[in-house]
Amino acid sequence: MTVGVAIEAPPMRHLLDVEGQSRAEIERILDLAVEMREARTERRHRSMLERETVGLAFYETSTRTRVSFELAAKALGATVVDLGMAGSSVVKGESLVDTLRTLERTGVTTIVLRHSDAGAPYLAARETGLRVVNAGDGAHAHPTQALLDALTLREALGSLDGRTVAIVGDVAHSRVARSNLHSLVALGARVRVAGPAEWIAGFESWRGVTVAASLDEALAGADAVMTLRVQVERLGSGFSVGDYTRGWRLDEERMRLAAPDAPILHPGPTNEGVEITAELANGPRSLIGRQVENGVPVRMAVLAMIAGAA
Amino acid sequence: MTEPRFGRLTDAPATLLITGARVIDPSAATDAVRDIAVLDGMLVVDPGALPEDLERIDGRGLVVAPGFVDLHAHLREPGSEDAETIESGARAAAHGGFTTVCAMPNTDPPLDDVDGVGLVTDRASDAACRVRVIGAVTRGRSGERLTDLEALARAGVVGVSDDGSAVTDAVLREAMEALASLGLPLIEHAEDPSLAAGAVMRAGAVAVRLGLVGWPPEAEVRVVERDIAMAAQTGARLHLTHLSTRGAVEAVREAKARGVAVTADVTPHHLAFADAWVAGSRRFAWEESDEQAPPAEGAYDGNCRVNPPLASREDARALMDGLRDGTIDAIATDHAPHPPERKLVPFGQAAPGLIGLETALSIGLAAVEEGRLELPTLLAALSTRPAAVIGEKRGMTLASPADFMAFDLQARWRVEPSALASRSANTPLLGMELPGVVRLTVADGRVTYRS
Repeated sequence: MTVGVAIEAPPMRHLLDVEGQSRAEIERILDLAVEMREARTERRHRSMLERETVGLAFYETSTRTRVSFELAAKALGATVVDLGMAGSSVVKGESLVDTLRTLERTGVTTIVLRHSDAGAPYLAARETGLRVVNAGDGAHAHPTQALLDALTLREALGSLDGRTVAIVGDVAHSRVARSNLHSLVALGARVRVAGPAEWIAGFESWRGVTVAASLDEALAGADAVMTLRVQVERLGSGFSVGDYTRGWRLDEERMRLAAPDAPILHPGPTNEGVEITAELANGPRSLIGRQVENGVPVRMAVLAMIAGAA
Repeated sequence: MTEPRFGRLTDAPATLLITGARVIDPSAATDAVRDIAVLDGMLVVDPGALPEDLERIDGRGLVVAPGFVDLHAHLREPGSEDAETIESGARAAAHGGFTTVCAMPNTDPPLDDVDGVGLVTDRASDAACRVRVIGAVTRGRSGERLTDLEALARAGVVGVSDDGSAVTDAVLREAMEALASLGLPLIEHAEDPSLAAGAVMRAGAVAVRLGLVGWPPEAEVRVVERDIAMAAQTGARLHLTHLSTRGAVEAVREAKARGVAVTADVTPHHLAFADAWVAGSRRFAWEESDEQAPPAEGAYDGNCRVNPPLASREDARALMDGLRDGTIDAIATDHAPHPPERKLVPFGQAAPGLIGLETALSIGLAAVEEGRLELPTLLAALSTRPAAVIGEKRGMTLASPADFMAFDLQARWRVEPSALASRSANTPLLGMELPGVVRLTVADGRVTYRS
């Protein structure tokens, strides 16, 4: 199928990273995702991946990402095996590479990999013949989340060109934030990050990104705001949930600093009351539901593209 | 070219003549084209004394230098013979032009007593290079009780080290006071464990992008400063190994100016690689920076995991400056073989370390080609200067046992497992072509390698 731009990039065999993807490449995936969403029940889509076996290898627990990949693969006609890593040979000490090579021999063609170690998908792509989709690796990347966020924002704002997006919270430990920084910058947005000092340390070196000194500075005139999940165990000594909430929680009053009706995103699951008030999370500015809805079509587009079917 | 062949220290002494080679002898500060005559393992002045039927080697295109000395190698025997043995490690050394390697004591069991030292020395007696032993500072390398340093000295260790970790505050003074009277250096892996906790690569922009925990340079600098202060107080000799930060180079430079008995080495990989290699770059530290490039296919290669981690480009330049001005005495490989199963794992789980004996010269020559290092400085840093750290001499002195190596400066070779004598192939250089091919290594009068 042909989609919008006529850029002849080499066929994408894996989705390991958003970093390095051009604007045209990202837009091609988003356009395809829109097509998938609108024509999800079309016959040609239902058989697109009928020869593929997609293995879901989630070495970290996940509900929304895993389910969303499963539905996406099934919608395209793939056979899906959930490898339920907690009960498999992983616990017997088999290495990641050995496990994946075994799966490859059993006929799995594509692996959707979530792993607590940054870079694990690169290893999988190098050491096996599987197509690899990164479903989150350590603090490094979560490409499909960034793509569905980009789609959600593009639809809310029309375009990201020249728009300002603020990302608030634990940026340092967040693969969602890193992948969003790459995709948003590639799509022409200006990105600000803000959060407690330890959680934004080092990001001043990131090309195209500004580190804001405070939440107010990050929000001032922002066209969209993304807040990240706070993991309470990552709060250092001498820094409580209360401290975080006072400094960095999004609420109605602070959001007045942003552009009128600036939408709010969150990768979920939310800690309502900690990084965002329940009122905002469930209010009219919130795109959290749209993000979840866009997950399946974006993952359909990715799976179809790496299989060479779209 | 003939098939590579290895020899042993127990072989018959060599008799051979190399004609018209470029001989660089840092011990005499000479660099001249001449003949090298070896009779029954001794360097002789008069080729006329040689028998008619001796082996003649055309030395045109060859550089001859004193045999290399590695101050820092992990031969893995006893305990991890799947990764390396004394036999295979010594062959790797001979292939790299080394005639002496100093074996680190972090074997299993560790080399913390006379028996351990004796075991390695015995097994190395017929190896392809001399093996000197570095003893452990503390029993079991646990950081608690000192080993019997006097007994280790009598058994012939050339220094002591708890390499892998720094000597703890608790035993530092005691160890240095004992070593001062024994004249042995404390060989220090300078790293503050609290600052390095959890880190898997050098802190900086690349680590931030890759989502990996960064190792702050202060982890090294603080321990270097502590050690220098203690060496100055006790009069002990301090040798700082595998320096990787500009701050450490500056501290050593300043200490040497004050007359403190401190020496230092740097590895080829800290001089020439950079933290961007973890993101898949394979550009040397002196080449144009590509720190902002997106991760390449080779990103997160476990072969780039090493401790201390690969330096920033700025630090690599400071290390090269330190090597050139003599602040850093020697290049040491920190040859650290690991089997594939310890490297074919996610980056953060990979065992730290890479092999170095067979690539050290070529990495140095890559720097020489780009004008970053003088060839005589490189060869001194691999031979006479490390020898001096362990109280030995190297040189092309006539009427002494022949101990030298010869390499083809123009030839290039591709780094691949089949080209390596080591049992392990854990290096990010795999697939790369490097300058400099060793043609002959002569250790203690015996041909230990030729190709």
